[in-house]
Amino acid sequence: MRDTVTPLAAAIHLEHVSKVFGKAGTDSAYRAVDGLDLDVRPGQMLALLGKTGCGKSTIFNMIAGLTEPSSGTVRVSGRDPFREFDSFRGKMAIVFQSDRLLPWRTAIQNVELGLEMLEVPAAERREKAQLWLTKLGLGGHENDYPHALSGGMRQRVSIARAFATNANILLCDEPFSALDESTAGRLRAEFVRLVKENGKTAVFITHSISEALEIGDRIVVLKRPAKIAYDVSFDADTGREERELIRSRIGGVLAE
Amino acid sequence: MSDAAPQTVTSPRENRLFAAAKRLGTSVLPFVVVILVWQFASLFFPRFLFPSLIDVFWRCIDIFSSGAMFADVLATILRILAGLAGAFVIGGGLALLMVRSRAVDNFMSPILTLFQGIPALSWVVFAIIWFHGVEFRIFFIMVMTTLPAFTFQVLGALRAMSKDLMEMVFSFRPTRAKLFRVMIAPAILPDILTAWKVNLGNASRVVVVAELVGATGGVGYQLLQQQQLFDMAGALAWTLQLVFFVLIVQGALTLIENTAFRYRAVSERAI
Ligand SMILES: Nc1ncnc2c1ncn2[C@@H]1O[C@H](COP(=O)(O)OP(=O)(O)OP(=O)(O)O)[C@@H](O)[C@H]1O
Ligand SMILES: [Mg+2]
Repeated sequence: MRDTVTPLAAAIHLEHVSKVFGKAGTDSAYRAVDGLDLDVRPGQMLALLGKTGCGKSTIFNMIAGLTEPSSGTVRVSGRDPFREFDSFRGKMAIVFQSDRLLPWRTAIQNVELGLEMLEVPAAERREKAQLWLTKLGLGGHENDYPHALSGGMRQRVSIARAFATNANILLCDEPFSALDESTAGRLRAEFVRLVKENGKTAVFITHSISEALEIGDRIVVLKRPAKIAYDVSFDADTGREERELIRSRIGGVLAE
Repeated sequence: MSDAAPQTVTSPRENRLFAAAKRLGTSVLPFVVVILVWQFASLFFPRFLFPSLIDVFWRCIDIFSSGAMFADVLATILRILAGLAGAFVIGGGLALLMVRSRAVDNFMSPILTLFQGIPALSWVVFAIIWFHGVEFRIFFIMVMTTLPAFTFQVLGALRAMSKDLMEMVFSFRPTRAKLFRVMIAPAILPDILTAWKVNLGNASRVVVVAELVGATGGVGYQLLQQQQLFDMAGALAWTLQLVFFVLIVQGALTLIENTAFRYRAVSERAI
């Protein structure tokens, strides 16, 4: 069952999107994304699965407006994220695959970064950043520099940084992969609650089928070069047996 | 419970004092060695070749205590700083243009490389032929001789900025001013300080040559006087003024580095 929405109604709309790295037509050209069509409805939680190197992060960068597609159209809330770059200030938040913390800023200063761009007053900024750090279990580490934090702690700071801006569209590239299972489980639940309560749209990259089933209300599996191999929607009413079926189908597609 | 404290353990205070003394010792040792060698040589050579450092010391005191002579030192220092500031502003601007545009880079790089091959003395000749005012001539020479290094150093720092961090900051849609403040400035600051340290040394060597364009004051002018008098002690005393200046500023820059870059991780294993 494929989701079909009109481009204008979609929060994220990709149409025949391709991305070629290197000079097109030369030997060094590499087609990372090939004619991808994908629509994400507002309020949807899309889990993106796919083998390593199949172009998931590249798709993210195009949705985020950080890279320009070689061909095709990308629209986020009806606008071009690359050309109309500044119009998305405060509207999109990204958790990158690696933490990407500024080494010269303390944990709390890193969380404040997005709020600074939105001209939030200093006191309010600090308060919000503090709230998010505490939520992610980093109370007491506010003034530590990134080099003094563990990998998982750094990843949590970067999650706090993205969520603190309260953007409506969330792009998360394997946000919980550097965490132990119990912390990850807690944050997943918190993440789902946050997205659902505030009606946010989220695209979530993961390598774990279980995580995709737990978080998403739709799962898209990609095969190299990024093309949709499997696309399924489900909801809270979807029974256990049906979920197991989906799980084994995904497993099969990924193994191909 | 033992009633006698172990004898070998010293209090943290003593430890710190000892560490500070050791640091001081290692930082002055090289100077002490140079001084001793010179002083030893002065025992065997005539005064006009290797004057006693005690004479040189008194000449330095003379310079410090005479308003007119100290004004010469200050004039030279100001010339150094003005030249460096000019070269830094122009070089920084050029470097920004060069990272943003391949065409500007292709055009400017060869020109700057060409400049790097021109001796300071040639710039002195050009300045005398082209310009009139003494101070402007000196400023021009100082800028032209330090500009290429500054530009290439800032350019290198800009190029070495992490693309990942840059994209992360971009994802928040910063204004140009904010991007500069939160990302570019802190990222290149360490390299900028190093560039200043290196260029400061270069500038203090070039400035005395630049002062040959007809300056009637400054360390370069005074050195010329000492040469005519064949006064080695005086020449040394004037040279030392510049050396002191460079050492003081380098020390200040190092202090800034040590406090501003605490965020850097340090490996417990040395290179
Ligand atoms: N800047 C680039 N230049 C050249 N090739 C690139 C570039 N970025 C990505 N690629 C190539 O595009 C392909 C997809 O990369 P991408 O980072 O999107 O994969 P991914 O699906 O996110 O993988 P992973 O799950 O390991 O993170 C890879 O084969 C990679 O070699
Ligand atoms: Mg990736």
